[in-house]
Amino acid sequence: MPISNTPFEMSMEGPLQQALDHACQVAEWAGVRYSSELTTQRVVRNDRPEKNESSLEVGAMCEVLIDGHFGYAATADISSAGLKRAFERAIATTRATSAHKVHAFSGAQRPKATGSYRSHRTRDLTQTSLAEITDCMLGATRAMNISPLLVNRSASAFLVQTQIDFYASNASHTRQNFDMTDLTLSATAAEGLESQTRTWVQTGQFGGEVFDKDSLARHGLQTAQDALALLGAENCPTGRMDLVLMPNQMMLQIHESIGHPLELDRILGDERNYAGWSFVKPEDFGQLQYGSGLMNVSFDPSRANQLASYAFDDGGNPATREMLIEGGVLKRGLGSLESQVRSGLPGVANFRSSSWNRAPIDRMANINLEPGKSTLDELIGQVEKGVLMSSNRSWSIDDYRNKFQFGCEHGQLIDKGVLGKVVRNPNYRGVTVDFWGRLAGVGRDDTSHGTAFCGKGEPSQVIRVGHAAPPCLFRDVEVFGGAA
Amino acid sequence: MSASAFSAQAHHNFNAVADHVLGQLKTGEELTLNLTAEETLFVRFNNNRVRQNTDVSQTGLSMRLQSQGRTVDKSRTLTGDAPTDCASVTQLLQACRDEVLALPVDPNQVPMANNGSSHDDFTGALLAAQDVVSAVVGPAAGCDLAGLYAGGVVIRANRNSLGQSHWFSTETFFLDYSLYNGTLAAKGSYAGTRWDDSSWAANLARTKRLLSLLGRPRQNVAPAGYRTYLAPRAFADLVGMLGWNALSASAWKQGRSPFKKLVEKEALLSPMLNIDENFSLGLTPRFNSLGEVSAESMPLIGQGELRNLLVSARTAKEYNLTANGASDGEAPRAVDVQCGNLTEEKVLKELGTGLFLSNLHYLNWSDPVSARVTGMTRYACFWVEGGEIVGPIKDLRWDESLYQALGSKLMALTSHAEIDPATDTYFQRALGGTRTPGALIDDFTFTL
Repeated sequence: MPISNTPFEMSMEGPLQQALDHACQVAEWAGVRYSSELTTQRVVRNDRPEKNESSLEVGAMCEVLIDGHFGYAATADISSAGLKRAFERAIATTRATSAHKVHAFSGAQRPKATGSYRSHRTRDLTQTSLAEITDCMLGATRAMNISPLLVNRSASAFLVQTQIDFYASNASHTRQNFDMTDLTLSATAAEGLESQTRTWVQTGQFGGEVFDKDSLARHGLQTAQDALALLGAENCPTGRMDLVLMPNQMMLQIHESIGHPLELDRILGDERNYAGWSFVKPEDFGQLQYGSGLMNVSFDPSRANQLASYAFDDGGNPATREMLIEGGVLKRGLGSLESQVRSGLPGVANFRSSSWNRAPIDRMANINLEPGKSTLDELIGQVEKGVLMSSNRSWSIDDYRNKFQFGCEHGQLIDKGVLGKVVRNPNYRGVTVDFWGRLAGVGRDDTSHGTAFCGKGEPSQVIRVGHAAPPCLFRDVEVFGGAA
Repeated sequence: MSASAFSAQAHHNFNAVADHVLGQLKTGEELTLNLTAEETLFVRFNNNRVRQNTDVSQTGLSMRLQSQGRTVDKSRTLTGDAPTDCASVTQLLQACRDEVLALPVDPNQVPMANNGSSHDDFTGALLAAQDVVSAVVGPAAGCDLAGLYAGGVVIRANRNSLGQSHWFSTETFFLDYSLYNGTLAAKGSYAGTRWDDSSWAANLARTKRLLSLLGRPRQNVAPAGYRTYLAPRAFADLVGMLGWNALSASAWKQGRSPFKKLVEKEALLSPMLNIDENFSLGLTPRFNSLGEVSAESMPLIGQGELRNLLVSARTAKEYNLTANGASDGEAPRAVDVQCGNLTEEKVLKELGTGLFLSNLHYLNWSDPVSARVTGMTRYACFWVEGGEIVGPIKDLRWDESLYQALGSKLMALTSHAEIDPATDTYFQRALGGTRTPGALIDDFTFTL
């Protein structure tokens, strides 16, 4: 049976136009962001079905601009009457709060937008059968079944189909259709009191083409072999040494120590009561040497198959690729048109919400570290003593995004330029700008990773972000392992 | 719509939809329905001004169909219009039936049961939407206040094809906030069922006093081991890690529990540590998504030993254990840490020289096998000498095993505890919360 979303068509001439006209009797500007999202999760564990569930979220966020203040009301009743009631709620609360607004906005923060976007994929998710997915997941867990020490073998397929339509009183109309998949294979090996887990993840804007049974079985086997190797490995050594991070850990390093601190709403203080502030100050843009000269970082919503590619943000701002850091120097922040007018700083099209029931805020999209010129072997060859780490396992950073500590699933010692034995529980810690200053080598081959669960905001929301990076070499980092 | 009207309408619609879909079941089909709903006004503040106001009305229905040994879960948003929703839910049931035909048998399926009925409706006295902002910012005039007000009704309900029926509706608010003085900040929280201007003013005054202590000279504290006092909210964060697989029976069986050594009696925690799952706190319903009703109170840790893991019915079926009403994720829903005997006025004296931490930040397992956790200090954290607060510290990173912090290094628990209602708002407002005392811990390890 194909997976299908509920198709919908909204017309500017229909109930929506009536609702917008109703709102604009009071509001200077009004908009509706209509969202329909089907999320399907299939999990097989130890060759048995563990989870078969799907969720359909349909609703609309009604938005008004009154006395220079944007206010919101969300409803799942998308009839004309339902939208009108939501607009009335938005108008009532926005009128009551606008006298205390943080900034006097205008219609300039909601430019007229028209256009569409569709995820790049070669096979529509609707053409992928449940039986096919289940077969792939079962094949993967069976391929992992190579030792009785593997107490947990799981395969998860997470599929998302989203349509977002944005209409506004300034004749804006955009439609964006997203197909996303996240495949995760996980093997846990345990013996006595020790256990080790290894995962393989593929995530991005893909369609049914990712369901390749043979490929998933191969990745399953490798994941299981890695978990067994980790179970028998020594702890990662402790001390200062060189560190090579693979792209699936660079993702987290970029996300936490570049993405979040560059969000302009954090710099403006909106996030201080929740995730925190930022060590980056407004005067740092154009001045701060964020890292070594090898560091070039882009905001790129245009890269095919990355998780957070799109054509417009939720304020209707067209999304384009922009450089955030060039030659290690901070150039641009991650701020929407609202944050840009508040701060006077350059930004990007990143005013994004998680769903119909949340207002947009400044979010990351695809934040990528641009490739350099070295092969992985050339990076390893530059290391006298160090560790190569892969796949994030643990993450923590302070509320100003300075002091971090990250752990990985898999480590491999490097001795005199040669990759050696596997070590378990590899961790490292540092301080953001000092750490990026230690960037001494950037690989030439990048791969894209991401997460669907970046949390932020009040009320809180999770959002999808993508991070592409090559392997990178950092000099003289504080590295340590687990308990002996 | 008023909170009581929203709750009444949601109840009426839920019963209409449930009656409609349960009446369509065929022989051999079993169905469980779960409803989540809220009507909440969220107001976000920055610098004691309004950044965003969002009024959210949402209702979601999930269904689990068990048929022919297969299990399918589906959910969708409801509009609130009963005829429209009945039609949507009929389609959802048919989609479940279609999937049953394509799925393998689920050997861990738990047969449905009638676990009884319950009905709780808690009404409050919240601010009218148009009065929220002036009530919050008026007393805070001159303060750099950042935070979130959330107020309204939150609903959880459950019915199944065997006649089970549960309803829980509560009307509450919270104001989770920080006061800033430059980069120095103190955290406050005011929550309840009835807004009271004088209570808010008193709460704000306490946080202002804490903020004023931050005006003392900042202390540079080098990373090392220090005797450390975790105030109740900080200790709640540390204890909150038990919800990340530590007390989950399935995590233990699948090699993912950081408390494996505790479960298998290879390690003990401090004999002064007693932790219960205590639903008498009244913060969350006792029924789970299967409609199973937990005991009002169940010991998790007693005198430093494991008393009970949280066992869901599915885990019990798979591993031949006894279920105890745990939810699918097997995380505690109402943690209650029993108090000790350290009185509030003696905290600084017993601390002597060391660190006083009001809040922690961004905790994560750094080495699960040894139950080691890393995190940061946050907000009002002070260096203390000779039982006197000297001044605020720069944020420090710490990395410590719970076998130590809750074990041999745990010196005392305070005789007072604080209730910390859940303020999570991902997807929807959360229910639940914790009650924890403060904790005095020796040689707590700071690393950066």
